[in-house]
Amino acid sequence: MAGQVQALRRRIRTVKSTKKIAKAQELVATSRIAKAQERVTASKPYAEAITQVLTALASNATIDNPLLVPRERVRRAGILLITSDRGLAGAYNANAIRTAEQLISRLKADGKETVLYVVGRKGVGYYRFRNRPIEASWTGFSERPSFSDAKTIGDALLEAFVAGADDTDETYGPDGIRGVDELHIVSTQFQSLMTQSAEAHFLAPMQVEEREVEPGLRPAYEFEPDADELLDALLPKYLNTRIYAALLSSAASESASRRRAMKSASDNADDLLKRYTREMNSARQAAITQEISEIVGGVEALSSAGSDM
Amino acid sequence: MANQLPVKVVAVEERVWSGEAEMLVARTTEGEIGVLPGHSPLLGLLKEPSQVRVKLAGGEQLTYDVSGGFLSIDADGVTVLAESATPATPESH
Repeated sequence: MAGQVQALRRRIRTVKSTKKIAKAQELVATSRIAKAQERVTASKPYAEAITQVLTALASNATIDNPLLVPRERVRRAGILLITSDRGLAGAYNANAIRTAEQLISRLKADGKETVLYVVGRKGVGYYRFRNRPIEASWTGFSERPSFSDAKTIGDALLEAFVAGADDTDETYGPDGIRGVDELHIVSTQFQSLMTQSAEAHFLAPMQVEEREVEPGLRPAYEFEPDADELLDALLPKYLNTRIYAALLSSAASESASRRRAMKSASDNADDLLKRYTREMNSARQAAITQEISEIVGGVEALSSAGSDM
Repeated sequence: MANQLPVKVVAVEERVWSGEAEMLVARTTEGEIGVLPGHSPLLGLLKEPSQVRVKLAGGEQLTYDVSGGFLSIDADGVTVLAESATPATPESH
């Protein structure tokens, strides 16, 4: 009996320290969400301005930039998957990876070969464990991505995309590098504190939307240098901005996901504590009751034995 | 005072500065450009690296070291978009 009480006491101690960890993680995640959201807001003015500028440019330039023209034959598709570096974030990574897997099987069904680019240790671990090739990976910044991280990724993707332009069915083209013909991105959209959804989007080639603009409303821009050259310079920057936005949104989602997971973990720990404490108390009480009845029984046995004599 | 130029300096990670100015001076790949209020719409790629100078009313001047930047002028004013824009120390120019 005493052994049972001891065991329960030990369990309570374990649950208590687990709860402390979960609670701390929850608090950290809460403050990270706020910070991540601030950074999303801070990145908005640039994103809006560059979109506006590109809209003005696209209506003035000839659209023959490789980033805008869909390739006739798509052999290989690159997929950028954004996951987190650390676990304990609920279903965050599982959802992102599942979305990527769906995209991969869809692309494979279309007869395209897929090439993986992974951000975050969890995604890297998933594919390493399954012995599946990863073209390139970046880790260490999933909770606090900076623009230079996005730029590093964007430059690598762009290089592969450009290298894919001259690939044929048999050879890798004059440059001898095997590139990709289109790029997708799988990231987690932060919709609210409760909802984050993993989504797959087209990254390149970009689609140009034709829109009717009322004549006279569009300012007649001058360009320095000319429009085509500007477009060539701006599109890679735009690609980087898209990746940066995806990284930021994923970082916010990661923290929100972790906060929710840690909250339910510490709530669960509370329930367990209550249950174990009750069990321990009743075990202790049972031990005491038994001891008393043993003593009483002993005394009675002795006294009845005495009266017999 | 009526003729003021609304200026926005925006970096990828944050809005660096916005407000009214008298004039903005930047260097595009084609050459130096000074922008006064009422300038015709223009898109320009900034030289790499370069400085953007914002001249405020009252003779004050703000200088930013800009990399990966471009310039957009439209009816709403001037927007300097940059991958990074940091205030330059006064000694550096």
